[in-house]
Amino acid sequence: MHDKVDVLIIGSGASGAAVAWSLADTRMRILCLEQGDWVKPTDYPSNGRDWEARLFSDFAVSPNRRARPTDYPINDANSPIKVVNFNGVGGSTIMYTAHFPRMHPSDFKVRTLDGVADDWPIDYATLEPYFAENDRMMGVSGLAGDPAYPPKQPPMPPLPLGKSGTRFGTAMNRLGWHWWPSDSTIATTDYEGRARCINLGHCTPGCAQGAKASTDITYWPHAIRAGVELRTLCRVREITTDEHRMASGVVYYDAEGQEQFQPAEVVILACNGVGTPRLMLNSVSARFPNGIANSSGLVGKNLMFHPYALTYGYVDEPLDGNHGPPLCLWSQEFYETDPQRDFVRGYTFQFGRGVGAIMEAIVSTNAGRLPWGEDHHRVYRKLLNHRIGLSAICEDLPEEHNRVTLDPVLKDSSGIPAPKLDYTISANSLKMMDHGIARAKEILTAAGAGNIAVESPILNGGWHLLGTARMGTDPERSVVNEWGRCHDVKNLFIVDGSIWVTSGGVNPTSTIQALALYIADSIKQRLANLFD
Amino acid sequence: MPNHHLTAEQIRDLRALAGTIIPPGPTYGVPGADDELIFKDILGSLERDHDDICRALAHLATLADGAFADLGPERRTEVAAAFRETGGAPLAALVRVVLLCYYRDDRVMRSLGQEPRAPFPKGHVVEQGDWSLLDPVRARPRMYRVVE
Repeated sequence: MHDKVDVLIIGSGASGAAVAWSLADTRMRILCLEQGDWVKPTDYPSNGRDWEARLFSDFAVSPNRRARPTDYPINDANSPIKVVNFNGVGGSTIMYTAHFPRMHPSDFKVRTLDGVADDWPIDYATLEPYFAENDRMMGVSGLAGDPAYPPKQPPMPPLPLGKSGTRFGTAMNRLGWHWWPSDSTIATTDYEGRARCINLGHCTPGCAQGAKASTDITYWPHAIRAGVELRTLCRVREITTDEHRMASGVVYYDAEGQEQFQPAEVVILACNGVGTPRLMLNSVSARFPNGIANSSGLVGKNLMFHPYALTYGYVDEPLDGNHGPPLCLWSQEFYETDPQRDFVRGYTFQFGRGVGAIMEAIVSTNAGRLPWGEDHHRVYRKLLNHRIGLSAICEDLPEEHNRVTLDPVLKDSSGIPAPKLDYTISANSLKMMDHGIARAKEILTAAGAGNIAVESPILNGGWHLLGTARMGTDPERSVVNEWGRCHDVKNLFIVDGSIWVTSGGVNPTSTIQALALYIADSIKQRLANLFD
Repeated sequence: MPNHHLTAEQIRDLRALAGTIIPPGPTYGVPGADDELIFKDILGSLERDHDDICRALAHLATLADGAFADLGPERRTEVAAAFRETGGAPLAALVRVVLLCYYRDDRVMRSLGQEPRAPFPKGHVVEQGDWSLLDPVRARPRMYRVVE
């Protein structure tokens, strides 16, 4: 058995790193257990000639395809959207596009404004200082003055427009629709020890240059210097409890596969919207027969992705291809609810730069655009680097039948039951996606593109895992309170995307981290009576 | 030769199929996917797709009523067309491996005007663009809803 720690964090990704760093100034003994390992910059695919091919092997976005020893399998057969994640120090900030929009003020009040789902128990104004602090810690590039947001000041200038951005901007101006350079966690200047972006273009599976922020190179060096211990290759099986219905620690398997017990005063879950409910549902005892902190029955329920509707076409001149960060612009033209539409809430458009040679060949072959045989070469040369595309990131509203449970058969390499997903896209989301596809076709046409194609939903598009241990003030309708503490277990906190009440229509990492910093501050302010 | 665990018959069929998918392109001065170097890369890259590729090759042999590699050009084209229609996920895996090896070959990359190199450390140049394009958007009134 190990010495008891004050705070035990499970997961070292976006939220786990932020909460560890913030709590470090308390001088408490803080330990983080991470099932993955450190990833060296020299390991990233963009170091080698096989950079694109590795998207289908050890840097595949799907954990089921990647199947590293540090991954756990996910049964997502009953979902039209498959989970995307990464397990390692930095979590899925290793494997993301670095697109970094915040939630909007209206996203926290959807019941009040639009009569659907529930309001959050906190609001944008509460999170605003944490957004700003997180922008500074992660290093955000962008441009102040976006009329779609309350004022904010990204610390670095925006990513370059490039040829594709110029085409899109011109098209959006022609249509009179909003567009703006994206907030991104890709450094456009040298920043806090990170080298500026040199347009490697293969950002999603890790940045060899270190320009893309992942928490292994942003929060963690600071947290470790401040005394936080990060123990890797440690896979937690269950959270244990004592006679007072408090968390007493966790059972985990270490790097050698040996079972260990780690006692703790406080346990913080930061395992994402699938990993966290999986762990809670695996933490069954006589005190908590339905899983820890699950008196509401809502642990695992209300799973939200953001269904992505991708629309793309081809223009008659070469553009940027895969050179440069893949996402550089967004549009919030269709973000807020419009009563003239047949759906509530809305979506963000994110504009893509292009894809590499292999990806173009594979996608176009699968779509039937690229023939086999003699004509292959001629057709391919009209496609490569001529692609221009955009995706609607649609707000997914919570529905209890969309859920994470435990698979009765599937287990990870440690013998721990794996998560099983049951998920369907709602009628509201489908209407929203159709709207996004129709508008995207107008944009592509205005941008001079033809040969337009659609992928909706993006199959391997389950980047955003939200809602499975929701936040609220009513213990019967939520799992954690308004500052992240479980209603049922007063020394158990959740800081990842599980606690989201609604999903908004933006990439969630910025808001996940702001929430983690806010919860850390809430803990620090209540240290004297944290368990009252 | 890498340890790909394919039989000699499977290798012959796979090579013939690779050359059917991407034959040499004399107009562009590029080899086919059955080129010796490229095919060696294909055999060494089956890894996660090995089982699917074996399934695909079994289906191909069924459609060909024997060895696909032994068919004449006309019949080979017919069988390949039927295979493309009915091959499903195993065929998709096979084609993916062929494409990801073909489109990283130095000769192919050069013919496409691409530098045959890793992205790091040289990177690429992306033009900054004209930010005055944003002026009409800057002039727009606030778009987000104010929440009291």
